[in-house]
Amino acid sequence: MQLARVIGDIVATCKDENLNGLKLLVLQPIAADGSASGRTLVAVDAAGAGIGETVFFVRGKEASFPFYPIEVPADAGIVGIVDHWDIEA
Amino acid sequence: MILARIVGTVVATRKDPRLVSNKLLVARPMDPHGKAEGSYLVAVDTVDAGVGETVLIVSGSSARMAAGMKDCPVDAAIVGIIDTIEVATGD
Repeated sequence: MQLARVIGDIVATCKDENLNGLKLLVLQPIAADGSASGRTLVAVDAAGAGIGETVFFVRGKEASFPFYPIEVPADAGIVGIVDHWDIEA
Repeated sequence: MILARIVGTVVATRKDPRLVSNKLLVARPMDPHGKAEGSYLVAVDTVDAGVGETVLIVSGSSARMAAGMKDCPVDAAIVGIIDTIEVATGD
């Protein structure tokens, strides 16, 4: 899983029917110091996240597991909202 | 998933039988502000997208979960046509 900041949301009327009712959010992956790291991506939301929050997300087929048995065509999914994190180094 | 703009179509007569009658489109990945990034890719279209539209593309094994793509040899599928993208200011 990776840390990311939610920076936006997306509206798509015409989409796969298994994506209906799901929130699509734009994520910016972040490094341990909170700075942007890598390309932005779009993820389905399984945790009730919103713009401005720090979240962690899974990549790959596992992104659809929170919605089992519905086979959601997603390769990235938010599975948790971060309250705080500590790095000891 | 990634955001991309459709920039072209692909015609292939000889292909895997499970790809027959699927539309293949050339897409250019972009960031939420519309700036192109990365290299072009070919994606199978499941939502009737067209050239010039901004779409949502799912990659990897998850692409096979798009409608009608079960057991098809694909690693990128267009699963949505984007109406609007809202990005928080400052990002």
